[in-house]
Amino acid sequence: MDSYGISSLLIIVLPMLSFILLALAGKSFAPKLSGLIGTCSILVTTVLAFYVAGGYFFEFGNVNGTYIRHIVFQFDWLHFTENLSIDLGIVLDPISVIMLVVITFISAMVHLYSLNYMHGEEYFERYYSYLSLFSFSMLGLVVSVNIFQMYMFWELVGASSFLLIGFYFTKPSAIAAAKKAFIVTRFADLGFLIGILMLSSGAQSLDFFTIIERLTTPGSSYLASFQGSFIGLSALSWTLLLVFIGGAGKSAMFPLHIWLPDAMEGPTPVSALIHAATMVVAGVFLVARLFPIFSISAPDALLIIGYIGAFTALFAAIIACTQTDIKRVLAYSTISQIAYMMFALGVAGWGADKAEGFTASMFHLFTHAFFKALLFLGAGAVIHAVGSNEMKQMGGLRKSLPITHITFLIACLAISSIPPFAGFFSKEAILSSAMKANPLIYFVGLFTGGLTAFYMFRLYFRIFWFKKPEADAHNHEKHTWAMNISLILLALGSLSVGFIPFGHFVSADGNSLELPIHLGSIILPVTIAILGIAAAYFYFAKESNKSEVAVAKFETVYGWAYRKFFIDEVYLFVTKRIIFNLIGRPIAWVDRTIVNGTINSTAWISVKASEIIKPIQSGRVQTYAIFFLGGALVLAAILILNFA
Amino acid sequence: MEQLPISHILVVSSALFFIGVYGFLARRNLITILMSIELILNSANINFIAFNKYLYPDKLDGVFFTMFIITIAAAEVSLGLAIIINLYRRFNTIDIEDTKTMKY
Repeated sequence: MDSYGISSLLIIVLPMLSFILLALAGKSFAPKLSGLIGTCSILVTTVLAFYVAGGYFFEFGNVNGTYIRHIVFQFDWLHFTENLSIDLGIVLDPISVIMLVVITFISAMVHLYSLNYMHGEEYFERYYSYLSLFSFSMLGLVVSVNIFQMYMFWELVGASSFLLIGFYFTKPSAIAAAKKAFIVTRFADLGFLIGILMLSSGAQSLDFFTIIERLTTPGSSYLASFQGSFIGLSALSWTLLLVFIGGAGKSAMFPLHIWLPDAMEGPTPVSALIHAATMVVAGVFLVARLFPIFSISAPDALLIIGYIGAFTALFAAIIACTQTDIKRVLAYSTISQIAYMMFALGVAGWGADKAEGFTASMFHLFTHAFFKALLFLGAGAVIHAVGSNEMKQMGGLRKSLPITHITFLIACLAISSIPPFAGFFSKEAILSSAMKANPLIYFVGLFTGGLTAFYMFRLYFRIFWFKKPEADAHNHEKHTWAMNISLILLALGSLSVGFIPFGHFVSADGNSLELPIHLGSIILPVTIAILGIAAAYFYFAKESNKSEVAVAKFETVYGWAYRKFFIDEVYLFVTKRIIFNLIGRPIAWVDRTIVNGTINSTAWISVKASEIIKPIQSGRVQTYAIFFLGGALVLAAILILNFA
Repeated sequence: MEQLPISHILVVSSALFFIGVYGFLARRNLITILMSIELILNSANINFIAFNKYLYPDKLDGVFFTMFIITIAAAEVSLGLAIIINLYRRFNTIDIEDTKTMKY
């Protein structure tokens, strides 16, 4: 194993060691020390990840112009049969290396930021141990060589997300949100598990690359085992859609998105790390990992993913326009942006002319991580200063939070895809690939882009403008050096990462690809984005009742969107009214009367029987002696008769 | 001198045994019951001695067993009397009919 191999192994191991150390011994450290241990370990990991990424992209990854898969190490962990074995290992290929960079960098920023943000919090060391656990599991997820290894890490990130959402465990709403996130994603993972089992039983392997190879060779016997169809989709498409359900649960696609807005109950840096930049894109990553199967053998499943993505993007953007809790606006914005990545995968295909969508999706994943983490961390700084999540409490904060103001503006421009910020390049790539493949999805994406600009700048103006800044506003940022550093670094990232020629590094088949930027195709989206910003400026730049007037005009639609189109209520209706009443209650009745009744009646019979035979034990020694004597005589008689 | 046949001795010991059993089952006084147990044990002793003497005159196993039984009987009587004294203290009687609490 060369130095790159050792580094990539350390990337996984270091956060795990830091988790074990902090979880076991964190209580005996001073809180500051445990924070420093967590932060230092992730900083080292980040450096290693950059080292490995540099090595992969510029030294050993590229063979004759194609990026190849490089398996650093792999060992047989559970060996059941020849075909069925669960391996653990580390694979380096363009998407996993990119994910390593994103995860470690964002995680390092969040660790650093939390040093200030969580300062003085009770259970500080526990917070850092959870963060390390999350980093470990997420890094393990992206380098998985085996679909089952991925599933294990998939559940681990789910568990650490649960722990971190419920970090303020004295708050009932946080507990409820943690449970909701856990139950919804577990429900989705059931689909994932069934999908894994079907996929592996068809392909006779659990290894990612064996599965991909076997299921993409036309006319192979493995493909033939997926015979049959159901409602017009082939068995393989259904299998892949089941796998996608797992991804949709993690990535909060409609209708499994309901947990993500509630997950904002967790500490804000956690929302930035887990519920914006890394964990929620695991679903996109999963589809990207299996992309060859989707695009070659089941394009119809990919199309469905595209439509689900497009619908979710629009749907979440509409809700985001009406929310007043700033973190919830960001949560819906996250759902919408992840949906962009999903439909970019959905419109992509196999082959040089259609592969653009895949690269665009990964590119957006990459840039989105920077500016969305920045938005969340900026929102965290605002919440830290104001002490509330509600927009109504804010306004005119540009004087008291200058650094946050500038960095937040950069992030808003980036997410609204204004050139030359990072989001512009990636969203442009997504839209141009959608335009070629599917006009309907293209227009949805275009319109959603305008909405995105509107709700982001609504947020921006509402927080930093709207009211006149207080004359004697004191600077909130003097003592939060760590927060400032991470905000500035992420802002630099949001400014610059768009210029990376992403297509040269990441593509579905490893070949270099040019992401074209035509002047003709960028005019329309940028104009729409500017219109969105202008609308937000008109309504929210100065304190006025213009927005209330507009709301009053569209009261019904606004109310629906404000109540999130009643999806939560539908879920409650289905679970409480239908499932509990029609399924839960009969089962409870069977349990109480038939199952419990059987058990209770055996107990009752035993009691009655013992009541009957109880008088035999009279307590009279002489009665016992008679029985004893009788027994002895009978035995004697038997013996004598036998021997006689 | 003509030797007594073994059957005579066995008849005596059987009679003694059943007298003891009868006493154990029929008497109500605990001390009498204890005495009946002594009769049963002694009938066994007689059997041991008789078989030893008539069947294996050159061995002493039966005699040893008898010695054991006498020792154990003495210990048993002392325990039995102690129990009876405790019973008397508790129930003020040594009638077995009145000591029926030893049940469920």
